[in-house]
Amino acid sequence: MTGLGRLGRLVLIGVPFFWLALFFLLPLLIVGKVSLAESTIGIPPYTPLIAHDGRGLKLLATAANFALIASDDLYLRAYLGSLGNAALATALCLIIGYPVAYAIARCQTGRRQLLLFLVMLPFWTSFLIRVYAWIAILEPNGLVNQALTSLGLIAAPLPLLNNQFSVELGLVYSYLPFMILPLYGSLSNLDRSLIEAAADLGARPLRVFLGVTLPLTLPGIAAGSLLVLIPAIGEFVIPDLLGGPDTLMIGKVLWDEFFNNRDWPVAAAVAVVLVAALAVPLLAAQRFLERGHAR
Amino acid sequence: MALLEIAGVSKRFGATTAVDDVTLRLERGAFFGLLGPSGCGKTTLLRMIAGFESPDSGRIVIDGVDAAGLPPYARPVNMMFQSYALFPHMDVAGNIAFGLRQERMDRRRIAARVAEMLALVQMPGYARRRPHELSGGQRQRVALARALAKMPKLLLLDEPLAALDRKLRAETRLELVGIQERVGITFLVVTHDQEEALSMASCIAVMDRGRLVQTGPPAEIYERPASRFVANFVGEVNLFEGELTAGFNCLALAVTGFPEPIPLPSGTQLPKGGAAALVVRPEKLVLSHAPPAGFAIAATVSSVGYLGGGSIVHLATEQQKALKAYLPGTAAGAFGRGTRVWVAWPAEDGVILMQ
Repeated sequence: MTGLGRLGRLVLIGVPFFWLALFFLLPLLIVGKVSLAESTIGIPPYTPLIAHDGRGLKLLATAANFALIASDDLYLRAYLGSLGNAALATALCLIIGYPVAYAIARCQTGRRQLLLFLVMLPFWTSFLIRVYAWIAILEPNGLVNQALTSLGLIAAPLPLLNNQFSVELGLVYSYLPFMILPLYGSLSNLDRSLIEAAADLGARPLRVFLGVTLPLTLPGIAAGSLLVLIPAIGEFVIPDLLGGPDTLMIGKVLWDEFFNNRDWPVAAAVAVVLVAALAVPLLAAQRFLERGHAR
Repeated sequence: MALLEIAGVSKRFGATTAVDDVTLRLERGAFFGLLGPSGCGKTTLLRMIAGFESPDSGRIVIDGVDAAGLPPYARPVNMMFQSYALFPHMDVAGNIAFGLRQERMDRRRIAARVAEMLALVQMPGYARRRPHELSGGQRQRVALARALAKMPKLLLLDEPLAALDRKLRAETRLELVGIQERVGITFLVVTHDQEEALSMASCIAVMDRGRLVQTGPPAEIYERPASRFVANFVGEVNLFEGELTAGFNCLALAVTGFPEPIPLPSGTQLPKGGAAALVVRPEKLVLSHAPPAGFAIAATVSSVGYLGGGSIVHLATEQQKALKAYLPGTAAGAFGRGTRVWVAWPAEDGVILMQ
């Protein structure tokens, strides 16, 4: 960094920081501000935070929205429902994704490029359309049920859509690439001679995996898990399209508060709590990843 | 019974034959050097012994047991990797104990063995360090300790000194020999460095393009190379190509451009008229200002390279043939650049090669 002056360094770091402040921190602060306001009929549909009342400026912040979230167990159940669904989806993605990433990392270069391309192929189509497509596959007279019925395996259509199963399926389907790619990165960086050394020292394949491969790919597991867990918790489209009446996820609650109830302050409070709740695992995982890189 | 028997082993990768019909026996307790240029198949041979590759044909028998179908973890063989392959997520003690844990040895015995190994490689007190906290030389020692910890019947070392700097390499060479003598384990060292092989091994096998070209003790490999390849690869060499002819009461080599045929070692029994090559090592050449009695070649000193313990004198004959002479100590001081000299050597020191 000797070639760069103090000012140069400041500019280099300052530009992205300014960008983040403008497009990330500022909207977040606005959401925070809305969460402290009261709902009202008008445009915008919430009361101002600072108002003028005859004698001067007055702060009109209220914690009522947060109190509502705390008092109505619908929100807590929605948070926990989201967390449960997202955690299960993350675990399933890991179980499915690890062998896939392992196989890709072991392939020869040409085939490896093709397989990685196939993993990323779904991104070429809109996420919304792909989730819609699952409706056509899972509905009572959809592809799966028709196939099973015509084969004579089932008499009545299976309830595949609008339940817990379809939501979980949608989450795993949508977020699997986000698990595979970091795992692949981690596994392809793994020095093959470490695996051979472990085998040479008498470790059977399972012991090699548990003692060497798995611990050395933990950063990849952590990165992939975060990339699946965090967006899956806030997921709205999948529970809305594939979920049923019993599907309770916080993203959907937020959407309902915002667009159906037009209660922006409560929706904003839900969002603030969600961000705060996600920040904890995110920071913990970040610390873990950094420790992994330090080696 | 030999500890390791390799019989007619071949291995192909696609169109290239990496190892071509190699047959080799390793006696118990030997310090065996497998020497060859990079890409000659020596590492592939080592990997087949360790079980990472399987031969296309031939047999590998380790301590009387046919190794075919035996996975690496079931072989009584351990390997020290060129990259050392230390586990980065374990400390030094964890690395050394890894193999012992696979045997489900009890904790106290593992701890005792780890301490013993650290003492053997002169690194007590480093048990809790991580590999990334060690220098290259220390990592090399840990890798050796880890490979020795299980007391294998055979230890395979893949270019064990290649990653060290020159001075450390020379010290470590002696140490490796010392450790091998103390533990009594058979060592098979793969190296491309002829000096390394000559100084460490009790027996050397030279490989070229997948084939084993000569096997024997270091002095025999150096003094009596069996082919031009071995002569060139192991040490410096002066090579005369010519035709066998009758000389002054012995067989001689007629070399194009040279006025007289070069006398060959007495007792050379070869048919006259055949093509052959004569190999003379640089340290065998004797330089003098005045023509000596007997056969000598006139030459001019083209340059002198001082090596510390001696000098290498580069010469050009009248036929524009380049020769190298090694003179010990400060003897080269008498032969400055441009000096006209006579080059001679005892006929017995030449080695004749056919083909």
